Amino acid sequence: MPSELVENYFRTEKLPQIWCPGCGHGTITRSIVSAIDKSGLDKNKVCIVSGIGCSSRAPGYLDFNTLHTTHGRALAFATGIKMAKPDINVIVIMGDGDSTAIGGNHLIHACRRNIGITAIVYNNSIYGMTGGQYSPTTPKYDKGTTAPYGNIDKAFDICNLAASAGATYVGRATAYHANLLTSLVQNALNNDGFSLIEAISICPTYYGRKNKRGTAVNMMEWQKNNAVNISAAAKLSPEALEGKLLIGELKNSPEPEYTNEYQKIIDRLKKERQ
Amino acid sequence: MKSRVRLMQGNEACVEGAIAAGMRFYAGYPITPSTEIAELSAEKLPLVGGRFMQMEDEIGGMAAIIGASLAGAKSMTATSGPGFSLKQENIGYATIAEVPCVIVNVQRGGPSTGMPTSPAQGEIMQARWGTHGDHPVIALTPSSVRETFDLTIKAFNMAEKYRTPVILLMDEVIGHMREKVQLPDPSELEIVERKRPDCSSEEYLPYKADYDLVPPMADFGTGYRYHVTGLVHDETGFPSNNAEVADKLIRRLSNKIEMHRDEIESWEEENTEDAEIIILSYGCVARASKSAMNILRSKGIKVGTFRPISIWPFPERRLRELSLRVKTIVVPEMNLGQLVLEVERICGCNTIIEKLNKVSCEIIYPEEIVRKIEEVL
Repeated sequence: MPSELVENYFRTEKLPQIWCPGCGHGTITRSIVSAIDKSGLDKNKVCIVSGIGCSSRAPGYLDFNTLHTTHGRALAFATGIKMAKPDINVIVIMGDGDSTAIGGNHLIHACRRNIGITAIVYNNSIYGMTGGQYSPTTPKYDKGTTAPYGNIDKAFDICNLAASAGATYVGRATAYHANLLTSLVQNALNNDGFSLIEAISICPTYYGRKNKRGTAVNMMEWQKNNAVNISAAAKLSPEALEGKLLIGELKNSPEPEYTNEYQKIIDRLKKERQ
Repeated sequence: MKSRVRLMQGNEACVEGAIAAGMRFYAGYPITPSTEIAELSAEKLPLVGGRFMQMEDEIGGMAAIIGASLAGAKSMTATSGPGFSLKQENIGYATIAEVPCVIVNVQRGGPSTGMPTSPAQGEIMQARWGTHGDHPVIALTPSSVRETFDLTIKAFNMAEKYRTPVILLMDEVIGHMREKVQLPDPSELEIVERKRPDCSSEEYLPYKADYDLVPPMADFGTGYRYHVTGLVHDETGFPSNNAEVADKLIRRLSNKIEMHRDEIESWEEENTEDAEIIILSYGCVARASKSAMNILRSKGIKVGTFRPISIWPFPERRLRELSLRVKTIVVPEMNLGQLVLEVERICGCNTIIEKLNKVSCEIIYPEEIVRKIEEVL
């Protein structure tokens, strides 16, 4: 018997999902659905948009208005939906390559506009769907099928990128820290403007195997042992924080939301003509 | 009644037509020579409760209009050559996901950055085959300011009726030229809305086509929770790897346009009854062809004109009929010969086909057409 959460929000006839055994994406998807549930949103008024990649298969399993778009463009499609119907809660699910390589331009501009969209990046540090090529978040010197001698690109910090581009709510959690992830997504859904949540996933099939990270359990343990909540990090020395993953609420500074600002123009023009 | 006579540019007529057709969302990126369409949409849309967005790039503009259309807003984007290239992937998305939208391409000199402020007709074949994979297309080409207004409305109507992207293929001359136009009273316009489901959300199959091969379309946010994807999908909208499903979908998408050819095809012909020579042209070149015809007629040469308005699908049957009784068809184009390939395919066995091509990014003058015809006589 599926849990109540699965029963209420998943298209159960589409399960099981396509992700590999041990993949973190299922846990992350569950956390998002749990946040939607806790926020009490009307399913008919939720739209989940994705790009292309492993993560982007998530919307197909979810019982909302769902849109699986082209590679990197999910935020641009989502922007159109939000502009046409601002009362829809638009949630965008993207992968790391999807959102920061091919879709990097859309990401920074959606942040800059502070349009009312909740973006969730499933970051597994690799292109999984195409078989393990290095992505903009693959740590330097790690391996991928297109970096057989080690990746010499410097990795993006997606949260820093989003925060500096203007996202008004930013947070990070891991597949292991599923409850934290749920509460961050819940806060993001509460933010009128643009929110970005980075969900650190695990890819035992490609990233793990290429980089000798052991089993899915070993990779989850790494997340457990190496993530430090921002509230605890303040008390730690820089040395103690070396190599650690900062999780928790990283930015929360609400600003006027884009479609509301546009509505003000429409209202003002209407008033002037009366 | 308020006079609707105005001096207007083609790009302006496009925006007037779009708003009259019900456009309520525009997303695009500045590019010469189509920028006025963005500027005027930015000015006029909020006045009718619509929304305009200048996106971060051309690709984003195309993506955003698809999103807005799925949420129920009639949407349009406009661009020129380089931007048209960038939009192609998502035009294919709109085709397979069957999302109504209008894409305007005001053609300029190419390839690449080419001659941004000068006219050309280099995207005839790109309009047909620009996005990858087998797909149908509707592309309309105006040759006057007033016709730009009418065809923009028609483009929206066809997009809605057949759930497909429609391309309005203008050129720099038509986009920037100013003419006196009398716009029709809004009450005289026929405006088409997409077919929406009349069944319950439980019964709704988002990609189950009706007898006209067009499935009814529910707006996002109205209680019909369904899935949209650019992957091959079955009637439920969910992806499928089944060969039969793929074959059925790709054929239906094409047949949906093919079966409505009679409604979609349009053209204009003049003096074809007794013509021995037909000048076949479109867009700004058709204006020169008309003058050339008049000059040649005054010299006693029996010349007629044929102007496809729907470039795609091409008015095939009528041209074949005409080709059986004329000696020559002359095809002047501002490219190295694109639509002439279609003309040769349709009637190359029936008559002689002569090309007149110009790629200097200048218009073709009537005298050049006259000279060509006098040469081939």
